[in-house]
Amino acid sequence: MKKLINDPADVVAEALRGMDAAHPELRVDHSDRVVYRADAPVRGKVGLVSGGGSGHEPMHGGFVGPGMLDAACAGEVFTSPVPDQMVAATRGVDGGAGVLHVVKNYTGDVMNFEMAAELAGAETGVEVASVVTDDDVAVQDSLYTAGRRGVGVTVLLEKIAGAAADEGRDLAAVAAVARKVNDRGRSMGMALTSCTVPAAGQPTFELPEDQMEIGIGIHGEPGRRRVPIAPAREVAAMLVEPVLADLDFTGPDGVICFVNGMGGTPLLELYLMYNEVAALLDKAGVRIARSLVGPYITSLEMAGCSVTLVKADDELIRLWDAPVNTPGLRWGA
Amino acid sequence: MSASIDQLTDWVRRFAAAVHEHRDELTRLDSAIGDADHGSNLDRGMTAVVAALDAEPQPSAAALFKKVGMTLVSTVGGASGPLYGTFFLRVATASGEVTELDGPAFAKALRAGLEGVVARGKAEAGDKTMFDALAPAVDALDAALADGDPLGESLRAAATAAASGRDATIPLVARKGRASYLGERSAGHQDPGATSVTLLVVAAAEALA
Repeated sequence: MKKLINDPADVVAEALRGMDAAHPELRVDHSDRVVYRADAPVRGKVGLVSGGGSGHEPMHGGFVGPGMLDAACAGEVFTSPVPDQMVAATRGVDGGAGVLHVVKNYTGDVMNFEMAAELAGAETGVEVASVVTDDDVAVQDSLYTAGRRGVGVTVLLEKIAGAAADEGRDLAAVAAVARKVNDRGRSMGMALTSCTVPAAGQPTFELPEDQMEIGIGIHGEPGRRRVPIAPAREVAAMLVEPVLADLDFTGPDGVICFVNGMGGTPLLELYLMYNEVAALLDKAGVRIARSLVGPYITSLEMAGCSVTLVKADDELIRLWDAPVNTPGLRWGA
Repeated sequence: MSASIDQLTDWVRRFAAAVHEHRDELTRLDSAIGDADHGSNLDRGMTAVVAALDAEPQPSAAALFKKVGMTLVSTVGGASGPLYGTFFLRVATASGEVTELDGPAFAKALRAGLEGVVARGKAEAGDKTMFDALAPAVDALDAALADGDPLGESLRAAATAAASGRDATIPLVARKGRASYLGERSAGHQDPGATSVTLLVVAAAEALA
């Protein structure tokens, strides 16, 4: 294992120290491992709290700031945070208008946030609503699985719901627009390499030099299938086709198209992939209204990418274009 | 025969020792069909539980199990934190502020814990989860007590039922949790949650003998 770390046990704590030092506009509670915007709570505004295992940076801590999240809870690498953290964050961002929890659909995350919502309600009286993202088309959604995983849509949802909260909408309305983004979003990812959890010391799975894994999640979970490595234009088709097959993305309002890097793939390749994805969407009659390219929801140093589409409309485009000022996403501010 | 507060505390400590001893086995089972952290997460949680009980012995069954549940919820994370945490919190509520539990009261508390696990995890029989070992154990305990067997003997029957349920998870296809992403590929592996909860029932049979 070659990593820029001191002790594997201290990776999350020390990264949070660095984040705190680099960003005076954030406030980090190091005992609860919660990243807050420094001016939280914002009076009268719905608070947005997310969180999850570490190793997906910039998500979620890097999306804390005006126009996006009010707080993010950091778990151990690839392990859900615990309810105490979420209760502290909920209390810390409540400006009197209630708090929305943004949860990715993984069994541990869902259960811990559920307990946190119950505890926060009982202990603090804060009104809490939750939205669960489940956009990964690689997982069959049926009675026989834990349901689809929450992946790329989470980034777009946090941006859009953050803008809705900034507009002064109430909790029910912010939750409604968040659910709308999830309902209209689909993703599919792939990996060229595995990744190494610091505490484990060795790669989560073995992927031979001439193979790639299609349909991966963001924790090195297995994908749909393992296939020989192929040119980017064929890889793009393997990602775009199942997304388009799952939801009709045609229409005059177009889509927000997000090509995400898994952590170990350079922007040069991500833009090359975006070019292939855009060509495929054009051929399928899908108009791109807005785009985002870069490593925003990662899986440590995994090489690979994912494609997320969200079916847009005037409301979503306006909220997408609204100013945002976070370490990981910044425009118009 | 009733279980005293000392015996109930001993149950928790024996479970902690068993988790520690089987930590690597639990993690190995979890790496086959999950994310390779069940042993280390549960060991971290139960080590914190033992430290909390060392610092402050608990006066009643309700206080004891509430301390265990809250400590697990706060330290374990993942899915096993809320599941084991909810189990012990429900056991605490069902036990009440008493210093001993007779057989039927202990069985009722375990049943409440099982119902908490179901409410939290939404698992059903055959989903390849801790439910598949815990539910038969609670059923066997009820049946043995109804036959007039003493608590210790009834818990041995429960431990046998848990172990059978655990072994029966091997051919199952997982329908809950991270293992469910594997679909058919999850068959052939013993479920880590069913394995750890069997340790819990075996520890009860030892402590309350």
